Amino acid sequence: GPLSERPLMDVRLGELHTWISTCSFSPQGLLGAVQRAWGSYCAKYIHVKQGGPAGISMLLAGYCLLSYGWNYQHLKRHRWRKYH
Amino acid sequence: MLARLVLRAAPAALRALPPPVAVGVLHATRPLHTTQQSLAPVPPLPEKGGEVRHGLIPEEFFQFLYPKTGVTGPYMLGTGLLLYFLSKEIYVINHETVAAACILTVIIYGVKKFGPDVAAFADKLNEEKVAAAEAMKNEAIQTLQTAIEEEKKEQWRAEGCGLLFDAKRNNVAMLLETNYRERLLTVYNEVKKRLDYQVAMQNLKRQKEQDHMIQWVEKNVIQSITPQQQKESIAKCILDLKALSKSAHAAV
Repeated sequence: GPLSERPLMDVRLGELHTWISTCSFSPQGLLGAVQRAWGSYCAKYIHVKQGGPAGISMLLAGYCLLSYGWNYQHLKRHRWRKYH
Repeated sequence: MLARLVLRAAPAALRALPPPVAVGVLHATRPLHTTQQSLAPVPPLPEKGGEVRHGLIPEEFFQFLYPKTGVTGPYMLGTGLLLYFLSKEIYVINHETVAAACILTVIIYGVKKFGPDVAAFADKLNEEKVAAAEAMKNEAIQTLQTAIEEEKKEQWRAEGCGLLFDAKRNNVAMLLETNYRERLLTVYNEVKKRLDYQVAMQNLKRQKEQDHMIQWVEKNVIQSITPQQQKESIAKCILDLKALSKSAHAAV
């Protein structure tokens, strides 16, 4: 289909900047994008008849990584070696 | 395509958000029935979720790297990244690493051991809910079916009303006829009674006149019989008797 309506996974690497130019960066656009992303994630991994640990574990792993990133400046002080 | 997105996104998104937010969002994003697709009947949930390997990494990632790097590509990538983070101490090993390792061990052990049982229990709960809903639906359908049959029977009965009314009409006509005939009979009887009375009166009158006349004639006749005539008649009778007895003697 047309470029702006394809999901991100179907957009080829070369077309990526055109795709970014087509999506709207207004608050409603961003909100809509976030809602769509969350909705597609839920529909794929959570709202199924037989989900496994995958649905929540990916969210928890993402949370772990995000919180590590947020605390990185503090954790950098506890390095074992000064020069790598 | 857009409709399918809406179909996937809207109910899932609304289900995911907490209820008050969902209600607010509902007013903003609810699709009106402008397209031919409507939200009901809701399509059934897919059986299995997206494939995920080791519980963390979606299968699409492995498929994405397969053409270029084969089967071991993502694992080599993972190992390389891990070693890089460790050696450059982008990931710092501290007490939290140990805690994370212990927690992960316990969690993985728990999931591997009790996962299937919990899944079976949840499935059973779902089955019960679905069975209850199905039973309600079937019962409702059954009730409506019986209602339809009852309605049909009532309609058939209502047709019989026509026959009933015809019979009643016949009855009423017959009653009227009977009444009319009874009254005719009464009239006839009354008229006959009056005429009989007249006839009886005339007969009586004639009878009385006759009797009276006979009596008068007899009385006059008896009065007119003088004693002289009486003696002459008695003597004639005796002579006749003698003649008769003579003829009787001769016969013997």
